[in-house]
Amino acid sequence: MSQDNTASTRDYRLTGPEAARAAERGLVSASWYQSPISRQRMKQLMQRRDGPALLDTAIWLLALLITGFGGYWFWGTWACVPFFLAYGVLYATASNPRWHETGHGTAFKTRWMNDALYQVASFMCMFEPHVWRWSHARHHTDTIVVGRDPEIVEPRPPSLFMMLLSLFQIPLLLKTMGGVCRHAVGKMDAQEQTFIPESEWSKVFLAARIWLVIYAVVFGAALYLHSWLPLMYIGLPILYGGWLSYLFGLTQHVGLAEDVLDHRSNCRTIYMNRVLRFLYMNMNYHLEHHMYPMVPYHALAQLHEEIRHDCPPPYANIGEAFKEIIPTLLKQRKDPSYFVRRPVGSSRPATDAHPQAEATLS
Amino acid sequence: MNDQWIDVCAVGEINEEDVIRFDHGPYTYAIYRSADNEFFATAGLCTHESIHLADGLVMDHVIECPKHNGRFDYRTGKALGAPVCVNLKTYPVRVDAGRVLLAISV
Repeated sequence: MSQDNTASTRDYRLTGPEAARAAERGLVSASWYQSPISRQRMKQLMQRRDGPALLDTAIWLLALLITGFGGYWFWGTWACVPFFLAYGVLYATASNPRWHETGHGTAFKTRWMNDALYQVASFMCMFEPHVWRWSHARHHTDTIVVGRDPEIVEPRPPSLFMMLLSLFQIPLLLKTMGGVCRHAVGKMDAQEQTFIPESEWSKVFLAARIWLVIYAVVFGAALYLHSWLPLMYIGLPILYGGWLSYLFGLTQHVGLAEDVLDHRSNCRTIYMNRVLRFLYMNMNYHLEHHMYPMVPYHALAQLHEEIRHDCPPPYANIGEAFKEIIPTLLKQRKDPSYFVRRPVGSSRPATDAHPQAEATLS
Repeated sequence: MNDQWIDVCAVGEINEEDVIRFDHGPYTYAIYRSADNEFFATAGLCTHESIHLADGLVMDHVIECPKHNGRFDYRTGKALGAPVCVNLKTYPVRVDAGRVLLAISV
């Protein structure tokens, strides 16, 4: 289905004309549809626990240790390859949903545990911690609103060349290292200034300087040892292990509607097996996560059962999702206004918001 | 400016360690009952993105915005970290004859 766009190619920058257009259309900080659920049940679902994430983190770190040790032990032989392939996915892919869940403050009940894992996971998946905290808040406020959402994975029309590079996280690597260097010398770019308050900039700059010191130590170790091995553990995993993170990212919103105020139209929920759900921290329940972001990952399956009657049917597996995503991306190369319309039903967007909570056209 | 006491609800209408939304005129408030049975009131909307706090989770003396995890100490209105940077306004509350009353300036 084609969307009624005035131009075939839109400007996805946060500083371009689409930002003002989104405001004019009432899409900025607007009220989003939420499937009905009782306050009592929602309070139960939002309850925080330390246990699930402590166990999850212990398994994750143990798996990193085992695969990392295997890579070291067999270094110099082909036998190290499977160990590093597994290590890379655990390091660069599994760190991303851990960055995400701790950023929402929903992984652990204990705040410092969220904050500590947030910093570690941010470094591993190469998301500058303070930049992405604010960018992700905007993503939840204005999900897939062009000109407002800084986290639109594939702007239309998609570039297959850029997607190929993204499979190896090369655009992310270049963008992040450019950002880290810029922030380390105390500079913010214009787009970042639209979603990061000035009072937070010093935190961005400090984190960037710390990251540079860590990378300098790792590079120094590699040079001193005349070996790639230190970089195989820190630095290179994003290139050889981030591919699954990119594929997960494609399944969340790509090919679905832009500029709507209903997550049922722009998010996918996909059933996945236990291994993928462990790596992805249940973010396969992406529609549920966006509709109620403060429900912890370990309660998303329960939330899914509560609201599924009001949502489009979930995808049976990741393969079924890509059967939709790939042809859609190919069509969008020729027709950028094309998108998949999800069967949402007749529910209308929530309108009970208080006057002061309505869209603030700013 | 004088404080005017407004009737909000019966004490039993707010569960322990919970919050309700209270609209009065053009304004919206969040009214809290702590686990130790004290009552508090703040502005009803998060200072980050104008989300109704009454849809959020109360944990100890903290209210968490249901959208972005902004947290405030609802006793003082203090913002407890990103993404909230601006404190919440707080209002006096008292209980009289089983009713929760909120003081607003008129």
